[in-house]
Amino acid sequence: MNYNWNWHIFFEPNPTGAGTYLDLLVSGLWLTIKTALLAWVIALIFGTIIGILRSLPSKTVSWIGFAYVEFFRNMPLLVQLFLWFFVLPELLPRTAGLWLKQLPNAPFWTAAIGVGLFMSARVAVQLAAGIASLPRGQKQAATALGLTTTQGYRYVLLPMAFRIIMPPLTSEFLNTVKNTSVAITIGLIELTGQARAMQEFSFQVFEAFTAATIMYLAINIIVVTGMRFLERSLAIPGYITGK
Amino acid sequence: MFGNLDFDVIRRSLPYLFLDGMSFTLMLTGLSALGGLIFGTLIALMRLSSYKLLGRIAGLYVDFMRSLPLVLVIFWFYFLVPYIGQWLTGASRPIRVGAFTSSLVTFIMFEAAYFSEIMRAGIQSISKGQPAAASALGLTYSQSMRYIVLPQAFRNMLPVLLTQTIVLFQDTSLVYVLSIPDFLGAASKVAQRDGRLVEMYLFAALVYFVISCLASYGVRRLQARIAIVR
Repeated sequence: MNYNWNWHIFFEPNPTGAGTYLDLLVSGLWLTIKTALLAWVIALIFGTIIGILRSLPSKTVSWIGFAYVEFFRNMPLLVQLFLWFFVLPELLPRTAGLWLKQLPNAPFWTAAIGVGLFMSARVAVQLAAGIASLPRGQKQAATALGLTTTQGYRYVLLPMAFRIIMPPLTSEFLNTVKNTSVAITIGLIELTGQARAMQEFSFQVFEAFTAATIMYLAINIIVVTGMRFLERSLAIPGYITGK
Repeated sequence: MFGNLDFDVIRRSLPYLFLDGMSFTLMLTGLSALGGLIFGTLIALMRLSSYKLLGRIAGLYVDFMRSLPLVLVIFWFYFLVPYIGQWLTGASRPIRVGAFTSSLVTFIMFEAAYFSEIMRAGIQSISKGQPAAASALGLTYSQSMRYIVLPQAFRNMLPVLLTQTIVLFQDTSLVYVLSIPDFLGAASKVAQRDGRLVEMYLFAALVYFVISCLASYGVRRLQARIAIVR
């Protein structure tokens, strides 16, 4: 392959005047992590609410949950980000739209909220499946003990369901991290964006992408290892995964 | 709210959007699904093979692909494919490949990792007695795979494979980062040329939504039909 490899490029100053190329990538890595964490919080909050709605016996309520999930699942994430970023400010009343457009760090907030809502639909499906997988007796026992529906969910069903769906939630979290890279299209210069920028400044394509790849792999290894410990300590005794 | 919107821009650009954009998207989706399925089946067979090394290699490939964001993989292959072409043909310079070839290679390689996991689950869902009976009848390993195990595995996994294809259909919109006029790329080009972002992006969202909704409804019906047979 007649390609000029230059691994020292990472320690050369980057053209933005702020440190080396490596600094550029590391700042991208932090932005990826920050966006992913905020998105994950949003995904968990909305996912939990919708997941609960989907598991309730009421037809209307579970239809709302169904519609929410279908809405976010049947559009590419990229299109959703465009809707939030380009379309929403135009459809709002003039002052609100103007305020939204002038918000500092708009790509960051749009990406976190957009990816968060996109992932919330998937969290909701997982949670609803987790609740559905519980034996019917759990809910009945909660009722028999005099717990209201809210208390039943709060103290019995949700703690059980969340412990059951820990493994799929891990991969959904990793998907959230990966999905933040789509925000490159609305101008968020996260890890993939910085790798691309480095490639454009220095022409060292493969070094830049190799470094970004290694950083994504590192995130994966750290999350998977951490979650394995968490899964083990949260495993429910008596279930296959439990002791 | 919709007062100053001009929806006529959609009508004017319909031929470009569908004949150029959507046909590219559908072609990329179809060919990637087919290629990903073939390559993914090979990887799944490697992972299940009794040679530990083959299984290890296939496992690494799958884990590697699944750790990376698709956007990064698209960039990787966009720059890598010309060098692979040079290496394959022995040319003296990197081969110029079109955006279509590079994105097709990307999606086949990327989707194969996901398809192979689905296939592996499908193959493992076949009871041990089936291949045992096949070898008792005198079929070789490849024959029993081809005639006994894989057809049943495909059938079991068909709904999941189709769902993954719908995801693939949505994911092809990411070739936007290479400025390829797929459906979204075409909509975006018109949007920027005419300054009609709101109309074009709303329309693109609607089209993706309707197609994905219809397709997943079809998959659900298929799933119900298959479930009755079993």
